[in-house]
Amino acid sequence: MGAALSTGSALLFSEVSSAGGMLPWYQNIPFASIFLLMIAGIIMPLFRKGKRGFCLAMGVSLLVAALSAILLVKLSINGERFTYMMGHYPAPWGNEIAAGPLEALLALMFSLVEALSLLGGRKDAASDILEPKQSLFYLMMCELQAAMLALTYTNDIFTAYVFIEISTLAACSIVMARDTAKTIVATIRYLVISLLGSGLFLIGVVMLYCITGHLLIPQLGEKIAGLVATGTYTEPLTIVAGLLFIGVAIKCALFPFYAWLPFAHGGATTSSSAVLSGLVLKGYIILLVKLFYEVFTIELIRSLKVTNIMFVFGIAGMLVGSWRAIGEEHIKRMLAYSSVAQIGYVFMGIGLGTNLGVAAAFYQILVHAVTKPLLFISAGRLIRVQGHEKSLYRLRGSARNDPLAGVLFTLGALSMVGIPLLAGFVVKFSLASASLLNPNRMWIALIALAVSTVLNALYYVPAVIAVWTPSGFMQRKKQPPDWMFGVSGAVLGALVVFLGLGCIGVIGVIQNGLSLWL
Amino acid sequence: MKEFLQTVIAYRYETAAMILFGIGFINLLLQKNLLRKVMAFNVMDSSVFLFLAAQGYIEGRIAPIIVNNDFSATTYINPIPSGLVLTGIVVSVSVSAFFLALILRLYKKYHTIEFDEIMTLAKKEAE
Repeated sequence: MGAALSTGSALLFSEVSSAGGMLPWYQNIPFASIFLLMIAGIIMPLFRKGKRGFCLAMGVSLLVAALSAILLVKLSINGERFTYMMGHYPAPWGNEIAAGPLEALLALMFSLVEALSLLGGRKDAASDILEPKQSLFYLMMCELQAAMLALTYTNDIFTAYVFIEISTLAACSIVMARDTAKTIVATIRYLVISLLGSGLFLIGVVMLYCITGHLLIPQLGEKIAGLVATGTYTEPLTIVAGLLFIGVAIKCALFPFYAWLPFAHGGATTSSSAVLSGLVLKGYIILLVKLFYEVFTIELIRSLKVTNIMFVFGIAGMLVGSWRAIGEEHIKRMLAYSSVAQIGYVFMGIGLGTNLGVAAAFYQILVHAVTKPLLFISAGRLIRVQGHEKSLYRLRGSARNDPLAGVLFTLGALSMVGIPLLAGFVVKFSLASASLLNPNRMWIALIALAVSTVLNALYYVPAVIAVWTPSGFMQRKKQPPDWMFGVSGAVLGALVVFLGLGCIGVIGVIQNGLSLWL
Repeated sequence: MKEFLQTVIAYRYETAAMILFGIGFINLLLQKNLLRKVMAFNVMDSSVFLFLAAQGYIEGRIAPIIVNNDFSATTYINPIPSGLVLTGIVVSVSVSAFFLALILRLYKKYHTIEFDEIMTLAKKEAE
């Protein structure tokens, strides 16, 4: 170790001297994004007024979105993926960030959607959360976003574990931001389940370190390829893959582990629900796919049969999530159950085990990251114009009080059902075409897609009809228009249409990015 | 059987760590008392730290603190697991603090820390 350390310091020295003019400026963007968000979180408690905290969080999110857009353009022109040394310690010792077009695209989407969710839910946050606590709420939002970006960019599995815990704590805090007994109970359920998941992930990471002696993803990949070639450590590797998979599956509410989600997402304030459903669940999936592609390689994962488990649980999630949503009367819990189903689509895509399936899964991640926040903030607006009624029965006619919210809710719902020209259709189409390449699973996948589309329609269409049907629950007093909701809803709606129409370019970026992972 | 016992004894720390992990995990999942859940979480995380520390320890070597300019790798144990344990402890302390704060909130409201009772009380309140 000492000899290794001394060569390390020699390398370190040469790196420092050579790094001066060599590093292209845009390679600092991933680290700068995470750092900016964390700094914004640290100075947030200085603001007494929630409004200032909100402005800071919005500003930083939009800044990070702009930076990520620049990075995306730079990287997709060159088709480049780079690693960035943290603190100039070279590869086997230091900590690393890796960014390619796919990571930049995800970071752009995450930051943009986070900013829009904050904007669209601002009125609700202002009334739901006590004034002195509001800046703390935006602090947690900033840290949550930093953690998600770190999960997307990091190249070190222990750093990934630490950021998983940070995002768990931040996510729990934004669930309990309303500070009613009900949300605290939901938070405790969420926390316990999350801790079980991260405990399994931690022991998986530790075992992986003990088997290979590395924490960085490329080195882990090399070592494991060597172990597989010699046929040693097969059982421990299977166990590790299982532990990592189950740990992440618990945290992103894959089929058998979804019970906590509707309560956590249904009771929270509008921005929290939108961010939790749309973004937080995705950060973990991205990490899992990265581990499976770069550490274990997809061939090994396929031979360990993990893809089969993903496929089966994904399909079960698609059906059970939709089934539970049909019976749900509370509009936000219905949307949360629908998230369970949508996560099922992602896992089904990964479980197909082909590159096209994984590309479709990533497209679904983007589409759901846009559509579900749109649905949550328009539902939040409908709930507000109807005098804080949350059951679908009492929300009848609410869309007539605010037609814009009604139109946006309808748009999101139609996209979820899979109407052509909207984003949801492209996902179903690309999942179906990806399944054609895998003849063993083709029929199961196609039937599951068809059934789940019908199930989606069975709860989204009645919900849409309900909000447009006039009823006695409509408020006589007109609500003042909310331009913040209008702007964020319109942008999210435009993104849903864009992801439906401009899918070729986005799928191209995803496939380009995925090919750099292999 | 004898071989098995020998393996267990040779890897006694790792074996103990795995057993403790199981105890912690099951209790975190099934305990109804919230304080016991926090304790179970700590047992679970500490077992991982034990596992790491046991893996990083090399018989007959000393802690990786350089004295007398001795830079040879054979003097010291592997320092990386110790670093990971430290990071892990920081994480588990913050999580425990957050968990305890939540329990305090619920106790002030419902005067109990049994999660079942809290759930029934919360349901009654909703109706």
